[in-house]
Amino acid sequence: MAYSDKVIEHYNNPRNVGQMDKNSTEVGTGLVGAPECGDVMRLQIKVNPETRVIEDAKFKTFGCGSAIASSSLATEWVKGKTVDEALEIKNTDIVKELALPPVKIHCSVLAEDAIRAAIGDWKKKNVVEGQAVSTPVAVAAN
Amino acid sequence: MSTVLSEPKLPAGVKLPIYMDNHATTPLDPRVLEAMLPFFTNKFGNAASRNHSFGWEAEKAVDLAREQIAKLIGATAKEIIFTSGATESNNLAIKGIGEMYRERGNHIITQVTEHKAVLDTCKRMEKLGYRVTYLPVNADGLIEMEDLKRAIDDKTILVTIMFANNEIGVIQPVAEIGKLCHEKGILFHTDAVQAVGKIPVDVNAMNIDVLSLSGHKIYGPKGVGALYVRRRNPRVQIASQLDGGGHERGMRSGTLNVPGIVGLGAACEIARLEMDEEATKLKAMRDRLKEKLESNLDFIHVNGSMEHHLPGNLNMSFIHVEGESLLMGINDIAVSSGSACTSATLEPSYVLKALGLGDDVAHSSIRFGLGRFNTQAEVDYVADKVIDVVQKLRELSPLYEMAKEGIDLTKVQWQAH
Ligand SMILES: Cc1ncc(COP(=O)(O)O)c(C=O)c1O
Ligand code: FES
Repeated sequence: MAYSDKVIEHYNNPRNVGQMDKNSTEVGTGLVGAPECGDVMRLQIKVNPETRVIEDAKFKTFGCGSAIASSSLATEWVKGKTVDEALEIKNTDIVKELALPPVKIHCSVLAEDAIRAAIGDWKKKNVVEGQAVSTPVAVAAN
Repeated sequence: MSTVLSEPKLPAGVKLPIYMDNHATTPLDPRVLEAMLPFFTNKFGNAASRNHSFGWEAEKAVDLAREQIAKLIGATAKEIIFTSGATESNNLAIKGIGEMYRERGNHIITQVTEHKAVLDTCKRMEKLGYRVTYLPVNADGLIEMEDLKRAIDDKTILVTIMFANNEIGVIQPVAEIGKLCHEKGILFHTDAVQAVGKIPVDVNAMNIDVLSLSGHKIYGPKGVGALYVRRRNPRVQIASQLDGGGHERGMRSGTLNVPGIVGLGAACEIARLEMDEEATKLKAMRDRLKEKLESNLDFIHVNGSMEHHLPGNLNMSFIHVEGESLLMGINDIAVSSGSACTSATLEPSYVLKALGLGDDVAHSSIRFGLGRFNTQAEVDYVADKVIDVVQKLRELSPLYEMAKEGIDLTKVQWQAH
């Protein structure tokens, strides 16, 4: 498998690795994928309750280099966006930015899912009126 | 020219990239190349040309190779049939025996961790009306002799079970299988591609009736292999699958690949003379690699029985790290992974799954295949590099973090997709 320079760059220097307190009301956590599938992403966002701007994002990913790069990129992209703007990020944008080959498209889908799951979790905590949570949320059941 | 100074310092004996994937293929031994070269140029004769010196010269070389191969496995020269490789040998053995012994029965027994060249051939046989039993393996990769005994019935014509596995290096109880088949009057074929030249193989002591081997796994050339077909006790018959000039006692038509065959012979000769010493060296290096990894990393799992194991093989899972991402981090080292992410089908290794390992363990697996030209310095470099990259990727792994926190990952409700 030949990787694009951007995938290699994110793999070598992943951005925003880490974790935030998932019990904080300002933090939304998305945990998507499954170990049996070979990919699990955890993406967390910290949202300013006033402005709904994502002020910080962290990730950890178990998966191939493309999955690591997709989630690293996702954290970069969501930072500074409002929650609603972040929901606009599409996996196809990630595919384009990282020049992912067809077999790696699902890695980008997972990153989009992770963004949605994290936002969904934050919304659930901060019950936002009139806005149904449209995406399933997986949070570690501990 | 001036780049010499800026090159990173590597320990003596290490040259990058390091090849440690010797189950996939092996480099050609320079001595083998030496033996082959004349047969590409002035010694170009057709071994089937009976009436001039060019043909005689080629035939003589082929006969020598037959001797050399036979000697390595305890056979006689006449029992060696040349093929294009082990894929063809396996096909020829299973299809040829199936066809020839159809009247006696239609049942074939194999096992689940065979190479695809056996499994897919067996699937084809099923389509043709044969019954195939796929024996399971234990968690250590070995078949259970009791299962084999139970599977045999009065329609069983062939048992085909590999000598040593190409992913996990596990050696099946071939002598026991051979003995049982011999007692029951059932033919026994073994795909011995990974075993021949690496560990002792004796077709008589082990009651092997038909055996597949391949040149490029034993420091010989690609595209050449052989099928051993027993001539006495019992005399095995094989229906040819390629029709033509009737070469190779009518079992495999086609002008012989003389340079390839000479190379295969030379490779077998070297293996016979050097196998014991080489195996001792490889095992010591393999054990050193294993120990280094085990003493520096937690959450690792050795796949397959270490007791019944090829000397140069180590298959290890680095739990909570996905295999392809690990390969990416050690890209100056050639090894392979059972992870789905590295395969075109996005399915993890069926061999590892057959051991009953969770998919997550299969996704995390790396196969190290040590060979003749690896050095201890390379082993140390590989161990250090793998340890470093595994640690780095675990810093990135949510699963490792959760496992460290004591979370039972099997109890988490994952959102599979
Ligand atoms: C166990 C086993 N059987 C068969 C084969 C196929 O051999 P060849 O490449 O000579 O067709 C291989 C090599 O991939 C192997 O490892
Ligand atoms: S995580 Fe398996 S292909 Fe990307």
